[in-house]
This record gives sequence, structure tokens and C-alpha cells, in this order.
Amino acid sequence: MRLEHDALIVGAGGAGLWAAVELAKAGVDAAVLTKMYPTRSHTGAAQGGVCAALGNLEEDHWEWHMYDTIKGGDYLVDQDAAEILAREAIETVIELEHMGLPFNRTSEGKIDQRRFGGHTRNFGEGPVRRSCFAADRTGHMILQTLYQQAIKHGVRFYDEYHVVDLLSEGGELGSGGRAAGVVAYRIADGGLHTIRAKAVMLATGGFGRMFRITSNAWSLTGDGVALAYRHGVPMQDMEFYQFHPTGIVGIGILLSEAARGEGGILLNGEGERFMERYAPTMKDLAPRDMVSRSIYQEIRAGRGIDGKDYVYLDVRHLGRKVIEEKLPDITDFARVYQGVEPITEPVPIQPTAHYAMGGIPTDVLTRVTRDAAGTIVPGLYAAGETACVSVHGANRLGTNSLVDLLVFGRRAGRQIALDVPGVGMPDVAPNADASAAAEIEALRGSAGRESAPRIRRELADVMMDNVGVYRDEGLLTAALNEVRELRGRYAKVGVDDKGTVFNTDLLEARELGYLLDCAETTVVAALARKESRGAHAREDFPERDDAHFLTHSLATRAEGGPTLTYKPVTITKFQPKPRTY
Amino acid sequence: MQVDLRILRYDPERDQKPHWESYAVECDPKMDRVLDLLHRVKYELDGSLTFRRSCAHGVCGSDAMLINGRNRLACKLRVEQLGKRRITVAPLPGLPVIKDLVVDMDDFFDKYKSVQPYLVNDSPVPDTERPQSPTERAIYDDTTKCILCAACTSSCPSFWAQPAYVGPAAIVNAHRFIFDSRDEGGDERLEILADADGVWRCRTIFNCTDACPRGIRITQAILEVSSAIVGRRI
Repeated sequence: MRLEHDALIVGAGGAGLWAAVELAKAGVDAAVLTKMYPTRSHTGAAQGGVCAALGNLEEDHWEWHMYDTIKGGDYLVDQDAAEILAREAIETVIELEHMGLPFNRTSEGKIDQRRFGGHTRNFGEGPVRRSCFAADRTGHMILQTLYQQAIKHGVRFYDEYHVVDLLSEGGELGSGGRAAGVVAYRIADGGLHTIRAKAVMLATGGFGRMFRITSNAWSLTGDGVALAYRHGVPMQDMEFYQFHPTGIVGIGILLSEAARGEGGILLNGEGERFMERYAPTMKDLAPRDMVSRSIYQEIRAGRGIDGKDYVYLDVRHLGRKVIEEKLPDITDFARVYQGVEPITEPVPIQPTAHYAMGGIPTDVLTRVTRDAAGTIVPGLYAAGETACVSVHGANRLGTNSLVDLLVFGRRAGRQIALDVPGVGMPDVAPNADASAAAEIEALRGSAGRESAPRIRRELADVMMDNVGVYRDEGLLTAALNEVRELRGRYAKVGVDDKGTVFNTDLLEARELGYLLDCAETTVVAALARKESRGAHAREDFPERDDAHFLTHSLATRAEGGPTLTYKPVTITKFQPKPRTY
Repeated sequence: MQVDLRILRYDPERDQKPHWESYAVECDPKMDRVLDLLHRVKYELDGSLTFRRSCAHGVCGSDAMLINGRNRLACKLRVEQLGKRRITVAPLPGLPVIKDLVVDMDDFFDKYKSVQPYLVNDSPVPDTERPQSPTERAIYDDTTKCILCAACTSSCPSFWAQPAYVGPAAIVNAHRFIFDSRDEGGDERLEILADADGVWRCRTIFNCTDACPRGIRITQAILEVSSAIVGRRI
């Protein structure tokens, strides 16, 4: 079936929904496609809060938030984007409140705020109360509130449609073409739908499922990033992947940094609060890359709990009232998934793959760019974890993922509303879905004996073991060989389910293809970056090297594997300095 | 430990009607959740087994299903908690089955949308937040937890008997706004819920409250909405 909309948004998390609400308010014909129902999106799993320098409890300024974001990102942050993030965080949080978000409140009835990792007063002097929160389900409330607004404003949704191809007019997206729409697979019946649009926004989230232990939902398979890559759009800064320090041992479910923001501490096997040694000022509220490395150092030194590969998160001293009122969900997670009672017992934790700093390159107006010169891909937009604008640089600060998707989701909606009246509906060939249809039928009919779930498990193992918190040339080279071998095997995948109705066997096999693209670029970019910066820690190159690597990587698809180019970092107010906490 | 996992299977392209299939699955009852067992079947035995899931830790609401006779989230239920070696899994009752454990959710979401589940406040927007005291905020805290998994509505005998009933999930989400001090749309929402297929269909059976994976006191919320309707009429 052929359909058309002025604007088409792929993904119904916070960024996509806010863009949709802006477009609906501006009277633009916009539709949102999601492979799930909107309320299943992973924005809903965010816990601890959203930072904005409201100063409701103590002095705070957006300049401090900007500085913290840049230092937290180990100076790989584009500072013009970080300034926008910190300034507009304030108005977007207030606007969310006006939309109905049930923030926790101070006794005066203002939005309550708490401390969070890497967020400081007066350029690093100590922790500041900046994170606005709704218990420890802030993301859930953001997702619900934005979906509610989308309903109120009559946004059109295509629920359970899987986007399988991006369309362009006048050439490929990576070589001068303009975005023209998508091909979408309706999960309920397997039908393919060509949807034309003047503007296409990618907001499909991250790709944490390429790691074995991850906080990410099963759905986070890099669909948007990989589809754009296949049409010539580069992936930016893929070597920077964040491991959150406090995941549930073995399964990776997140226990929010809010636990430490409220005063929780980390303990090693000797009962020592070890972060005092690694970050004397911020201690347990140092940024995530540092805390995750510190945990690994303790484990390597034999100071894990009972010498094993985990440490404790201890919130017992906060008392039952604070734990149950401000951290109810993560308390429930510890009880359900570990059988641990956080009120009386310390909780075993280990780092978990959490967030992609990299993604689709965009400018600060969310327009996708395709080269080091920042050439725009007309009609294509991206925001949220899918995008790399870059406000997180080499390491994202806690809560800034929500700030990012709110600020830049809103910007995407506003920019698209400005851009679409000036352009006509693109031309799309009658058989525009032919390539996607052929791929899908080849997979469905394949006689191949390889199993997609087995390849995915092997991929997740090698990425976890070789491309995790610490890396070196040997580990990365072995990982690259294995990822490429898995790619070869992927070409021979067969599926059990040959049907058309709700064929998740087929769709998961497609998702594995996206994960393989993301994994390969991650490893290639990590091998080439011979320095340690933020979340990218090379044991063979332990120092940051600004002379050679104060630069964003761009991985562009080519025969035989991605090619790398580099583009400069935008520096406005804060020159790079040594990074201590 | 090996469990006998029985799944109610149905493929509309192959089957006349649903039928039970039995799978012997190895598991660690302390760590493995029912979702892990379903994945083991799908990834190692039969790739055509079909179910929804996403976050896998009880916050996205995708994988509500009927497990050993009760509506539960498969990702939030460890095998040990069931205390049995035989585990039966079927789709949520009362909703049309699309395939295996996947049910049609469109009617469920349409009912949610019918209660105006969004803040209504047409007064001028201030420069800062609209004030709300912690006490005012606490009144509707419980009903903000809903993840729209449909475990409550599809466990409700009143809904099974009368599919036009708006159902507990929609009422929970109406409650969340009716009792929000910032909201001005309460009267209209109460009008909607005073309809024949609104709150009066509730027979206070408490199945919904038992089924809720978020621990929301749903029956109480429904009674508070009913009282509000009565209160405003007097």
C-alpha cells in the first residue's frame, strides 16, 4: 500500500514523540511509526531524573551544567550543542511540567531536585541538586506524558510497523539525495507499505543489544543508525559506548545512579568505600566511565565481593522511608531479580552496557550531516540516542540522555515544521519497495542452516569480552575478525517461521543484521583511536591524546568494511584540561 | 532443573484452533524468569514461537500473559516463585489472539484513549512550574505507575462478560488526572465514566488488583472515581 505524510517519524520514544507533538501543534501532517506500541519504548525505562539548572534547592546555572557536560564527555563534546542542551533543558522541563508530568515536589510545591553523577556546582567544586525527578520512574513519566500529549493533539500512529528501508530522491542519502520516505513492514500481516514524506526523522534509540550484559531492551538493535549507514550516511563516534556502573549482576538490569544521588555508596570486598581513592571530590558521584573502570580495577586487584566479579551498592543508611519513597522501582528490581532486600542488605552490582554516545551525525537543528564538512542530507533528521549531535562526547553524564531527547526532539519538530512548507512531496518509484521485499523474501525462503539467535549470542559475547570497559589492540583485532566471521555466517541464516502473520523470527533475524553493522563500525573506530578518552579506555594507550584525537570519527560504509574520516570538535568556552573529580 | 513448559499455540495460517504444546526446558529456578524459558524455546527449539517482549524488567508492559492461571509479566516472574515443575502459558484472556501469545491490543488502547488521558488545563501558562504540594502529588501517585500491560483489564470477569466495558486500566488512567490538582478536565472525564459501560460495570472482584504487576490498588482507584461521580451529582 502507498501512503504519504508531510513528516514521518520513525520511533516513538521521547525524541520522536516530542517532535510529533510539536508538528501536530504546528498543523503539520505528521505520523509516527514504531515497531512496538509507543508506551513500550525504552525512554520509559529511564529512572533517575532529568537535569536542568532550575536552582530550586540551591544555586545553579546553565553554564555549570554546560561545563559539567563538556568535562564529563572528556572534551569531545561539541560545545555549541552543549550550550543549547544546558540552556534549553530549563524550558523543556518546565514545559513538561505544564504538560502534566508528575514531578516530585519540594515542600514549597516546586519541582524537587537531587544530586547526580558528574553534575557539580561552580565548575567542579562539589555535587549539586540538578536532577528533576518523578521517584525513580522519570523516563516512564516522560514517555507517558508525551504519548498523552500526542493523543491530545491527534498524532497519527502506525503501531507495530517495522521500518525496513529508507527511500531517497535524486541519489543516495550519502551522495546528495534527499530523504523521500520509508518502506515499512506491518508486523500483524507482513504487508509492505511505501510511505512517502517530505521529512523523515530517525528516532529509533540505541543498540545495546550487541553486548551480552546490557540494561537495554530487546528492541534496541540500531535499526535507524544501520539503515542510514546502508544508504551512505556515516556513523559518528561509535567507539564511545557507555557501561553504567550499577547493573544487576549477570542480567544487567539497571539500578539507577539516583541511588548514589540520594547518598548510596559503593563498597568493595573489604567493605571499603573505594571511590574515595579514585575521585576524592565527587567520590561515588564521579562520572560513569570512571566509576565503571574503578570497579574493574577493584575486581582485578582481588577486591570484588568474595574475590568475585562484582561489588556492592549500599543504600541501607538512607533508611526505609527514603528508599521506598524515592527509589521504589529499583528496590523492587533488587527484590524480584536478585532476592536481595536493599533496606537491610547491600546489593551486588557490576557494570552493564547502557548507552551509545555515537550515532547518526546531526547539526544542532537535528539535520543529518554526511561528511566532515557537515554537508546536510536534505529531508533527513535524527534525535535522541540514535543521533550524535554531539552533546555527550566520549562519555554521557547521568540524566543527559533524557535532556538530549527532550531538547533535540523538540528542536526536530520545530525544524521540520519550518522546513516542510518549502518543499514538495518527493517522487518515489512505483517499485520503491522492491529491494526490501527481495531481502525479506530471500530471508524467509532461505535454506541456510545458520541460526540468527546463535550468531547474536556469539556477537554479544565477543563485544562484551573484547570491546567492553577496557580495550587493547589484541582484543579489538580478535573482535574484528570474529565480527567479520559472524557476518559471513549471517549471509547463510535461515528462519523457522515462514509465515506472514507476526513473524518475529524473521524480524529478529533482520535486527541482527543491524547489530552486526553497529558492532563492526564500533570495533573499527575503537581500533583506530589509539588513546584513552571517556568511555574508550585503551590499556595500550592509557593517556588522552588531544594532539591527535581531539576529533570525531565518522565511519562510512564501503566494500570490505567501513572507512574512517575525522571531523573537528567545536570548542567555544572551555579549553580541554586534565579531567579529575 | 527441568520444567514442563506448556504453551497454548495458535498460528492462524496453519491451525484451525489453539492447541497445547509441551516443551522440556532446562532452567535455573532461582535466576530464570518465565520470559527466559520462552526465549529458550524460541531460540533453541522452535523459532516460530511468538510473543511480545521488550525491556525484560517489568516497565514496558509488553509481555503480560496468563501464567499458571494468573495474568503476570513473563519477565517479572522467576520460576522459583511458581513453585511448580509444570508451567502453563497462554495469551491474556478476553482479547482476540493474533498468534501464539500475541493478542490484539487495539481495542484496549482505544479505551485508554477514550477517557481523555492527558492533562487538561486551559489557564495561562506561568513562566515556572505550576505549584503542587507533596500532599497533592501523593493523592494520585499510585495510578501514575500504570504501564498499560492489560493484565488488569483482561483478568476482569465484568470485562469478559461485557467487552464494551471500558475496563480497569482506562479507569486507572482517568483517576491519574481526575485527582491531579493541576487538572481542569475532571467533570468531562467523570461524565465519560458515568456511562453505562463505565465504572458501574465494576463488581469489586479485585482480580485487577491481584493481577497488577505494578502493585497499583486498582479497585480502590475505581471506587474513588465512582465516589467522585456520586459526589459531583449531589
